[in-house]
Amino acid sequence: MKPEDRELVAQLCAARSGQKVDPAKDYLIETRLGAVARREGFDSIGDLMTGLRAQREDRLIWAIVEAMAAGDTSFFRDRTPFDHFREVQAPELARRRGEQPIRIWSAACSTGQEVHSLAMLVDDMAGQWPDARFELFGSDLSERALEKAQSGLYTQFEVQRGLPIRSLVRHFEKVDDMWVISPQLRQSIRWRRLNLIGDLSRVRGFDLIFCRNVIGGMIEPARQRLVENLAAALNPGGQVVFGVDEDPVAGAEPLRQVEGAPGLFALSATDRAAA
Amino acid sequence: MRTCLIVDDSRVIRKVARRILEDLGFDVAEAADGAEALAWCRTTMPEVVLLDWNMPVMNGLEFLRGLRMEPGGAAPKVVFCTVENELGAIREALESGADEYIMKPFDSEIIAAKFAQAGLA
Repeated sequence: MKPEDRELVAQLCAARSGQKVDPAKDYLIETRLGAVARREGFDSIGDLMTGLRAQREDRLIWAIVEAMAAGDTSFFRDRTPFDHFREVQAPELARRRGEQPIRIWSAACSTGQEVHSLAMLVDDMAGQWPDARFELFGSDLSERALEKAQSGLYTQFEVQRGLPIRSLVRHFEKVDDMWVISPQLRQSIRWRRLNLIGDLSRVRGFDLIFCRNVIGGMIEPARQRLVENLAAALNPGGQVVFGVDEDPVAGAEPLRQVEGAPGLFALSATDRAAA
Repeated sequence: MRTCLIVDDSRVIRKVARRILEDLGFDVAEAADGAEALAWCRTTMPEVVLLDWNMPVMNGLEFLRGLRMEPGGAAPKVVFCTVENELGAIREALESGADEYIMKPFDSEIIAAKFAQAGLA
């Protein structure tokens, strides 16, 4: 792949999704774009890039950007945020929200493991707070990832990464060589394709947002835009869960870190008062 | 050091699993079938058993039921590691006292994750 083509891919990703792509990482770019070229009917990545330069077709640009954005994920990834949700956030929200819906958003849900993990936890806790109504939402930039997420179908390898065996037995059925999550859980989640640095003015009213392992891979202006979008989508008292190693807000506004909880951020006091 | 007993009739599987478990900090022992494993446990009860299902002499399920009847046999965590991947088989293993369950093929990441879920991190 030519250096100028890799440079173009990096520019497109930065402009469309805010993603930081290193043009020097030729193996990564070629691996991701090889699949796009095959799917779009090009003989090679070179042909794909030539086609892109000739036409700048929006659909093709998004196919490339989405392919580069695909992230690694697994059930109950990094475990700690899910333990915190089960032991602290869910009971607190159930108490505070009463019969009001508790809205939880997995903002970069990829192929769905994160939001399905939350759905399993919510289902497992269902008897504890009879009045609580949890509403789960999953969004991602990638249409293809969302399709897989919505199907609830996972390989044997995928269900063995992070999923306790009792959760597999309780919430999944085996279909040929694949495992499918129960229809009840699948249907409890609402899905939508979203660009997190786009116009999210209609995305509002969330009590908890999971947005892990996204912001660390973004260019600076996009990071700020993402923080603003997430903060605006929160209900008063709402929280955002970033990756444990991510430091999303250098200037701390409009989110502040929750003490003693790595990766967990809440609306700062002034914004909370204004919300 | 924590001890893990690998019970599998395949020498290759035992070798691969041994390498992974030693990297995780376990002192590893091996048995080629359930009967050999049970005899080993009567002498030295391990902290964890990585257990194949289909083996000659005594299969994994028979071993597990026998182990749980032994004095101190309730203590070891038992992680099945088998090609049996139907829900019915998994349920039977859990009902018989297994703590976790790995469907072959496996890799180091899966073993590490499953051991963590069994409280062995």
